[in-house]
Amino acid sequence: MAGTLMALLFYLAVLVFAGGLLYRIAGYARTPAPLKIPTTPAPTTRSGVVLRMAREVLLFESLFKANLWIWGFGILFHFGLALVLARHLRYFTEPVWGWVDLVQPFGIYAGFAMALGLAGLWARRLFVQRIRYISTPSDHLMLVLLLAIALSGLSMKFIDHPDVVAVKRFFEGWLQLSFQPFPDSALLVLHLSCVALLLLIFPFSKLLHAPGVFFSPTRNQVDNPREHRHLSSWAAARYEGEGPRG
Amino acid sequence: MAETVVAPPLRVIPIIPELKPDAMKDVRSFVANEKIQTAIGFPGQLVDDWHDRAIGKMGELLEKYRSLKVYMDACVHCGACSDKCHYFIGTQDPKNMPVARQDLMRSVYRRYFTVAGKLFPKLVGARDLTRDVLDEWYTYFNQCSECRRCSVFCPYGIDTAEVTMAAREILDTVGYGQKYTNEIIGKVHSIGNNLGLPGPALIDTLQGLEEDVKEDTGVDVRFPIDVQGAEVLLITPSADFFAEPHIDSLIGYAKVFHAAGISWTLSSKASEAGNFGLFIGNYDQLRKIALRIREAALELGVKRIIVGECGHAWRVAYSFWNTLTGIGAGAEDPFALQLQRQLDGRYRQPTHICEFTWDLIERDALRFDKSANDQYVVTFHDSCNVARGSRMGDLMGGQFEIPRNIIRAVANHFVEMPENTIREKTFCCGGGGGLLTDDLIDLRVKGALPRMEALQEVAQTHGVNFMATICAICKAQFSKVLPYYNFDRRVVGGVHQLVSNAILLGPKQ
Ligand code: SF4
Ligand code: SF4
Repeated sequence: MAGTLMALLFYLAVLVFAGGLLYRIAGYARTPAPLKIPTTPAPTTRSGVVLRMAREVLLFESLFKANLWIWGFGILFHFGLALVLARHLRYFTEPVWGWVDLVQPFGIYAGFAMALGLAGLWARRLFVQRIRYISTPSDHLMLVLLLAIALSGLSMKFIDHPDVVAVKRFFEGWLQLSFQPFPDSALLVLHLSCVALLLLIFPFSKLLHAPGVFFSPTRNQVDNPREHRHLSSWAAARYEGEGPRG
Repeated sequence: MAETVVAPPLRVIPIIPELKPDAMKDVRSFVANEKIQTAIGFPGQLVDDWHDRAIGKMGELLEKYRSLKVYMDACVHCGACSDKCHYFIGTQDPKNMPVARQDLMRSVYRRYFTVAGKLFPKLVGARDLTRDVLDEWYTYFNQCSECRRCSVFCPYGIDTAEVTMAAREILDTVGYGQKYTNEIIGKVHSIGNNLGLPGPALIDTLQGLEEDVKEDTGVDVRFPIDVQGAEVLLITPSADFFAEPHIDSLIGYAKVFHAAGISWTLSSKASEAGNFGLFIGNYDQLRKIALRIREAALELGVKRIIVGECGHAWRVAYSFWNTLTGIGAGAEDPFALQLQRQLDGRYRQPTHICEFTWDLIERDALRFDKSANDQYVVTFHDSCNVARGSRMGDLMGGQFEIPRNIIRAVANHFVEMPENTIREKTFCCGGGGGLLTDDLIDLRVKGALPRMEALQEVAQTHGVNFMATICAICKAQFSKVLPYYNFDRRVVGGVHQLVSNAILLGPKQ
């Protein structure tokens, strides 16, 4: 019964997550950027922009310039999360991919890094006057949710091991639309419910910063307005037919 | 009003200031009257159905501008931008933190355009668009100079200027425009320039300048206007024609053209480089104002278009002219090709006057007596629109190097202000983006604080007594606010003012 519920919840969550995200991304992609507005100095070539974006996404370049505390906690959290996610691939693959095995030993440190980063970010939200001022309840709750995921995950490693073989059986079954028994563990229920909730709210929340950054015109445009005429579809249509002198 | 305004004390250590909520809530730029509004096609006063129209306009802009759409969603409230705005630093009003400024609009966006905000407004900080909210928009979106400093530091490149422009566009649509900017846009259409200087007065001024320069140098330096078939059309801010210190740079441009032996002309039709359409985020106005230059270029049959010292004008020229008017290269449509075939493709179109002068210097075509600037220890203030919204030359960052190269070529003493206040991290003068008006003098004085601190530092350590810049607004703003910080107003001047001092006009020995 618990297994069926959890499986259904995850189907729903993944559906909403993927569908919602695709919908939002399609919206960003469809909306034109009518003017050239890269924040300069900006790369003058496409490949330069790819590099800029890579530095932005992998190293948080702009954030580094802005504030070392936020950058540090942000890096801890995001890189921790990336490693932890990689580590979790073992629950969905058989045989487990080689590189997943390779990162396995780091996964545990990554879990702590993630929690530490989140705690740091939350502390700033609570104690730095400027950041407290701009925080909404949802900003706090988002951190609570992520911390709950991280801490419940870590607790299962260090305090109360669920039957990982059963977990894997459950998710392999889930992938093939077959309902398998769910291991009896309150921590696991908490952990997975929070993950499902996170997936559910992803397309409706500020977590959209993840796809958003790739569509940010100040970061993804090539600085070449004098060499190439950049015209949006709506502007072209709006002024069509006006004489060559406007 | 101006008498009661005092400059905030310079910070000894530049700590991030404490919040003073609502410190600037009563500093409201004058609202445009009916005549000003209707002259440029906006409703004369706040319309009855402002609420629905505002939300409708917001929806339209969200469909038209990817920047706005992404920026409304992407902010994570990390606060990295929160201490980066000169207006926040100078006023300590939390609503002048870039993220808080965006949130004025984001809260409304969430309420009307997102599921979360419709269902749980309190949770996600969503709110209805009430009259109070609209007033707050008017107040604080007219306390942003659209300088884009915040966008440099945001991990997603969120550009508050884009949000401010959208807000002003919405406010204009419901009849709640700002007097200063909208009045000037009216003038540019009816008279041809922002200062409302009619053609005959302009011709007089230019003749006077020719006499002055002749008296000064003994050389016949010309200031031609409306000359058919000239090689170069110079588009420069109208302040260059008679405001101090702007005019000294105009003299500098004329001397450079003279020394290089290149024929040039001004245009009485397009006697203004500035384009305040940018400030109100209105594409139609932006385009309409820019088209005057296209028309002048076609009528005069010029081969090159060069832009004088003006920050936002250079952003519009460099980044938007090709889009709006076809001044540029690489087009395939007949509208743009008509002009691009006429312009000489061997040159960058448009060219900044600094690019032009530096090219000549590199080719050894100009001669200088650098000692003519020996009374100055010079520093350079990067103007925000040049620094963060444009480029010069072929290389990334040319907009920083080229003006500095020119200064070093014409003056012996040059020093930089602190690193976090120059280049792409430069601080706005405090008067850009449509805020250069007396009714905002309090804001302008406070907003200049970070730049004044930086200037003070190099004045103390290096004896800096001249801050060169290439923006008409910066020049006007600093001339006005420098005295509040106990500097002489003549500390600010143009790069081509220094060029003018040092250039040698006689025949080569
Ligand atoms: S664009 Fe400039 S003035 Fe506006 S919020 Fe950002 S830093 Fe402040
Ligand atoms: S830096 Fe960007 S993401 Fe962070 S609070 Fe400012 S606008 Fe939002």
